[in-house]
Amino acid sequence: MAMQTPAPVDYSRATSVDDAISQMESLGGQARFLAGGHSLIPMMKLRLANPGHLIDINPLEPELGYIRQEGGEIRIGAMTRHVHMLESELLGQHFPIFFEAEHVLADPVVRNRGTIGGSLCQADPAEDLSGVVTALKGQAVLRGPGGAERVVGMEEFHIGPYMTAVQPTELLVEVRFALKPGGGSAHEKVERRAGDFAIVAASAALWIENGVITDAGLACSAVGPTTMHISRAEEMMIGQSPSEDLFAEAGAIASQDCSPSADGRGPVDYKRHVAGVLSKRALSRAAASALR
Amino acid sequence: MQVSMSINGEPFSYDVEPRMLLVHYIREMAELHGTHWGCDTSNCGICVVLMDGVPIKSCTTLAAQAEGHEITTVEGLEKDGVLDPIQQGFHEMHALQCGFCTPGTMVTGRWLIDKHPDPTNMTDYEIREAISGGLCRCTGYVNIVKAIRWAAAYEAAAATGGN
Repeated sequence: MAMQTPAPVDYSRATSVDDAISQMESLGGQARFLAGGHSLIPMMKLRLANPGHLIDINPLEPELGYIRQEGGEIRIGAMTRHVHMLESELLGQHFPIFFEAEHVLADPVVRNRGTIGGSLCQADPAEDLSGVVTALKGQAVLRGPGGAERVVGMEEFHIGPYMTAVQPTELLVEVRFALKPGGGSAHEKVERRAGDFAIVAASAALWIENGVITDAGLACSAVGPTTMHISRAEEMMIGQSPSEDLFAEAGAIASQDCSPSADGRGPVDYKRHVAGVLSKRALSRAAASALR
Repeated sequence: MQVSMSINGEPFSYDVEPRMLLVHYIREMAELHGTHWGCDTSNCGICVVLMDGVPIKSCTTLAAQAEGHEITTVEGLEKDGVLDPIQQGFHEMHALQCGFCTPGTMVTGRWLIDKHPDPTNMTDYEIREAISGGLCRCTGYVNIVKAIRWAAAYEAAAATGGN
C-alpha cells in the first residue's frame, strides 16, 4: 500500500496552557503544538514538517475555545474552531468579515477542526484568516515559560513565509480586537474552486465617524511571501471621506504594493489586477457596513 | 501507546504508534472497512467519520486525538438490520455509482439533517455546501442532494406518523 503517513513521532497531551508550555520547555522547544492539525498533519505526511514530538493542545479547547467581549475588546481563544467563528453572533455583529472569510475558508468538515491559532501560526501567505486579523488590527497574545505574556500586532507577527514571531517555547493563546465606533468590514476572495486557497483575497476594515475615515485596515492574501499588509493605502485613506474614487485609489496601491509570483493560479500582472479589484470591492462593502 | 475509543457504540483499544491516522485505526485495527481512504490530503472527504456527532476527515486526524471520543462510521448508521433513512435515501434516489465516496457522504448527510433546524426545508445550497468537503466523480451530486432531501422528508413523515 502506498500509504502516506507521518514519520515516527512522540505524542503527549497538554492538560493546561501552563502544562503545554512547560512540556515544550522540557523538550527544548523542539516539539510542535498540535491544534486542529489540518495543516500540520498533511505537512508531516509530506515530510515538510518533521517534529520529533507533538504536544496535543486539543484538550485545552475548554480553556482556549471562546469568543467573548471583555471591556472594549473582542477576544478569541486560540483553540476556537472555524465553525464557531462562522456561527458566532457576537463576531457577526461587530466584524462581519469573519463570517465572510470563514464561509469561503476550506470546507465545512475542515472548519469543524481547524482553529484560529493554527491558522495564524501556520502563517500560510495564501490563508484567509491572517488577512482578516491583519485588516482588523488584531493583537496576538503569546504566552511563554513562567506565564510571561506579550502582545504582538500583526505587523510584527508575520516575519516570513510560514514564519511568525511566536518563539519555540511560546504558545499563541488569544487574539484581541479593539472595538471602535463606526466599524465595518468585508472579505473578498477569488479561488479556482469552492474551498480552495485563494488566487487572491482582500480583507478590509474601515472605521467611519461623522463621514470621515478615522482608521483603516487592508490586507491581501496569496500575493506575496507573507500576508500583505497594505499600510500605504491605509494611511492614504485616514482622514478622507469614503468614496468609490478613494477606494479605487487604495486598490491601485494594493496592486502596486503586493508582491505576487506567477504559478498555476495565474501570472503576476493578473494577480496584481485582481488584488486591486478585490481591495476596492472589499473597502466599498466595508464602508457600507460601517455606515449601515 | 494505548489508544481507546468508542466506534459505533462499541469500545476498542489497541496499542498503536502515535503517528497512526484515525482512518487506519478504523480500517486496520478495528477492521471496519466501510470507511474508505482516499486522497490522504483532506481534499476528497471520502474518509469522513463523525466524532461526537461532528464530521471530521479521519485521514487528517491522529488516532490518538480520538482517544475517549465517540466515533460513528457508515457501519454505525444501520440499526438492527434497518437502514438509516440516509442510506435508504441513497438507495431510492440512486445517489451512488461506484460507491467509493458514499461512506463519507452518507455520514455528512446524516450530520446535516441532525443539525439543521428545519430539515424538510433545506435549500439546495445548504445541502451542497454541507457536502462540499467531499468529492464524487460519478453522480454529479444531483442525486446525492435528492437522497439527503428524501431522508429528511422520510424522517419528518415518520415523526408525524404520516406517510
